[in-house]
Amino acid sequence: MSRPDNATALVTGASKGIGAAIAKALAADGWNVAVNYRSDEDGAKATVKAIEEAGGTAKAFQSDVSNGAPDELFKQVEDELGPVIALVNNAGVNADGLAIQMDDEAWDRVIATNLTAAFRLTRRAMRPMIKARHGRIVNIASVVGPRANAGQSNYAAAKAGLIGMTKTVAAEVARRGVTVNAVAPGFIETDMTKDIPEAVIDAIPARRVGAPDDVAAAVRFLASDDAGYVTGTTLFVDGGMSA
Amino acid sequence: MAATVTPEAVEKTVVEALPQFGVDESQISRDATFEELDVDSLDLAELSQIIEDEYGVQLKGDDVGKIKTVGDAIDLVVSRAG
Repeated sequence: MSRPDNATALVTGASKGIGAAIAKALAADGWNVAVNYRSDEDGAKATVKAIEEAGGTAKAFQSDVSNGAPDELFKQVEDELGPVIALVNNAGVNADGLAIQMDDEAWDRVIATNLTAAFRLTRRAMRPMIKARHGRIVNIASVVGPRANAGQSNYAAAKAGLIGMTKTVAAEVARRGVTVNAVAPGFIETDMTKDIPEAVIDAIPARRVGAPDDVAAAVRFLASDDAGYVTGTTLFVDGGMSA
Repeated sequence: MAATVTPEAVEKTVVEALPQFGVDESQISRDATFEELDVDSLDLAELSQIIEDEYGVQLKGDDVGKIKTVGDAIDLVVSRAG
């Protein structure tokens, strides 16, 4: 899919799973990809290697996006790869438990990474995008949030918040050629979802879990020039779960 | 290095920046309100960014809310730098 020349995409949490698949898909479209990771350096290097072997350009950037200081990460990416034209807020954590038993740390940690960090990265990313009159922000939300999922009140709050933020920020910057969208995966085969019971799969209309590449394909579209008139929306990639 | 803040320099920056938001240059004066010039909140946020990049003076959302005229904007930047 088409994109601006020599454009850089920053994908947070791209050392494995959905983030790695997104990084690879964007690189296949010709984006220079900044592969952000917090602790899994080997995973990030493997993502970069796979991109380079496929003829793409990528670099790994270590940064804990929940630390509240995205400026340093952006400066590094801008210096080494160029201005960030697309930001994919993918980094996420979970700390599950019934609300009645959930401690403050579990609540705060999930909100900090999955929602607050995405806001701060978005705020930082938009400045040059607005100036350039072009930009793409894609927030990786979840079917959890729009839907209930017992044991994930923190995660659901963060992901529903991400969808709300997506809509409002999209409305604020649409007239500058910057689009902001969310992708809401259902059950995707990753480390986070490896123990899904059979009964849950039976409840998915597609009767199977999705692959990280299914999510990456949606991001690839939303980041492309073709999606210039798509903003403020949430694209569900969930085998029909939310239908 | 941030440029030195003088009322004249800031006025020049503002006057030069406004046309990119579709403002007719002949309508720009200190007394002109941003409402008259059809400069909206996002335009003002972007103008704040230009000023910050040029002079290192940061204007927050509530500051920008108080600005009514071109002159208000210039005076605010100059007072913040002082």
